[in-house]
Amino acid sequence: MPRQFTPKVVTANALLEGDVVYLDPQGHWTRNHAEADLIEDQATADIRLLEAQAQAHEIVGAYLADARKGPKGPEPIHFREAFRTRGPSNYDHGKQEGL
Amino acid sequence: MYAYTDFDRDFLAERNAQFRAQVERRIDGSLTEDEFKPLRLMNGLYLQLHAYMLRVAIPYGTLNGSQMRQLAMIADRWDKGYGHFTTRQNIQYNWPQLRDVPDMLDALAEVGMHAIQTSGNTIRNVTADHFAGAAAEEVTDPRPVAELIRQWSTDHPEFQFLGRKFKIAVTGSDQDRAVTAAHDIGLRLVERDGEIGAMVLVGGGLGRTPMIGKILNDFVALPDLLPYLEAVVAVYNLLGRRDNKYKARIKITVHENGIDEIRRHVDAEFPARKAAFNGADMALLDQIRADFAAPIFEDGQGAFLTHYEHDPVFRSFVDTNTAPHRHEDYVILTVSTKAHGATPGDASSDQMRVLADIAETYAHDELRISHEQNVILPHMPKRHLRAVHAALAKAGLATANVGLISDIIACPGMDYCALATARSIPVAQEIAERFEELKLEHEVGPLKIKISGCINACGHHHVGHIGILGLDRAGVENYQITLGGDGGPDAVIGERAGPGFAYTEVTDAIERLVRAYLDIREDASETFLDTYRRLGAAPFKAALYPEEAKADAA
Repeated sequence: MPRQFTPKVVTANALLEGDVVYLDPQGHWTRNHAEADLIEDQATADIRLLEAQAQAHEIVGAYLADARKGPKGPEPIHFREAFRTRGPSNYDHGKQEGL
Repeated sequence: MYAYTDFDRDFLAERNAQFRAQVERRIDGSLTEDEFKPLRLMNGLYLQLHAYMLRVAIPYGTLNGSQMRQLAMIADRWDKGYGHFTTRQNIQYNWPQLRDVPDMLDALAEVGMHAIQTSGNTIRNVTADHFAGAAAEEVTDPRPVAELIRQWSTDHPEFQFLGRKFKIAVTGSDQDRAVTAAHDIGLRLVERDGEIGAMVLVGGGLGRTPMIGKILNDFVALPDLLPYLEAVVAVYNLLGRRDNKYKARIKITVHENGIDEIRRHVDAEFPARKAAFNGADMALLDQIRADFAAPIFEDGQGAFLTHYEHDPVFRSFVDTNTAPHRHEDYVILTVSTKAHGATPGDASSDQMRVLADIAETYAHDELRISHEQNVILPHMPKRHLRAVHAALAKAGLATANVGLISDIIACPGMDYCALATARSIPVAQEIAERFEELKLEHEVGPLKIKISGCINACGHHHVGHIGILGLDRAGVENYQITLGGDGGPDAVIGERAGPGFAYTEVTDAIERLVRAYLDIREDASETFLDTYRRLGAAPFKAALYPEEAKADAA
């Protein structure tokens, strides 16, 4: 039996600001994890990642991160990805700033 | 302090102009990230978890008031109003934008600072004893040698593509506050028959495979030092492994070949290296030495003793945060960046300006950054100490905890670092706050806790009396505790105590450890480390794992 595929989002950092970005269903970059495209199969994930890597003028270091469906959109699974949606825990900086 | 020459200024201006053009070419698409990455790393620019990070060298930890003020300006103008002092005497800005970095580098160059070789597989920022030039027991000020090494290693054409990064530390004291035994090369300046030379240790390092450096040569006279260092790095450059990143540091080269074999190679390499030096290095060292001449110390203590006797808060501050100076009317003052609950190593731009003002007004315009992430005023006249204490208190910088349990080293961990496997900063914050609530830390006495957020050990956890290593265990943060490490002259790697603890369990575990120590120490003069050495790990393990201890007893 094939291994169950864990859904993925494509994530990277913005070239100019370094801020965490996600690929949305239209192929644009969003700063909000909940707006990311949740990819349900490996073949699509591989293609989306290649497309993302081709946008080197906008982003750096694209990769696939595990995610799952949530009430407001895709949610991160690993704590590292959860931190990337917010910012550091010692100051109210990064994405959590002004939320 | 070393003053930049026209040569230094021109070199930096050219280098910064090159990097500015490289950034422009990255942004306009002429350079790919693969092409750009080694270029930005050579200039100290990382891409971290949430943003870019610029790592600025503070060579051998020394800076003056105007440099500190410029660091504050940079923090305000291009970052979020603070900077982070690291365990390698650097300052890191956590939020720069790519377009701004060339301006930041130009601003640094205005005060004779740079970010060159703070990353990449090169010889990194040279570190030194943060009490250099001030400590009562020092043999010689290590900074002229460190500056000579900085100039020799900067842009050294042979050593720009080493197998891995290469760290050098220098001390001129047998107290070894520079942790020389945990560096690729550690230099301990010593005097023999009236001549100053260096004991050369090689192959130390923390990280995945912690090793204590071995003595390669017990005395290299100063005229031989640069050619000798060049021979060592050249031998490593050829002999070191490049097939496996985790086996690429010189500690593995030394471990696999043996120190005698390394010495044989170095001795064979040395004569040709020596012949290529014509003595210009020694002439340069003499000039550099003149720049590091001690300030003219002024006699007298003013009303210091009266204040000391009558003000208990001031007395506690003096007792905890000062060390003996070579002049009896002075002290070395360590300013803790670790107010209980603060981020270890962080200073706001306002705090940086207060420190710059104090240095300029009262303390011979000198500041140091320690590998323990504190700021030192190395030449502090006792007669000004009371006024300085008041100024520091107003800025939240008068915490009397140097060397105590809340004076924790913590790497940035997964709050910032892309390599981290777990957070460090909030663990440090919670431990410091816990012991502040308990009002226990002065009773506990000297105790060094060091926290790393991954196996690379930037937080020096291996040499903490209590070391904490944050890992990712099946998608959950997990913290291993090591005991009995020591970063002093007889450096020791701590031993792992047992299974790790969850994020929410760490502070309780540390409290159990410390309470066990208080129960079993002979008296208040026996430190945590002494007690550990006397009794071994067993009573501490029993405190860490009470359930297992109970099961064993049953």
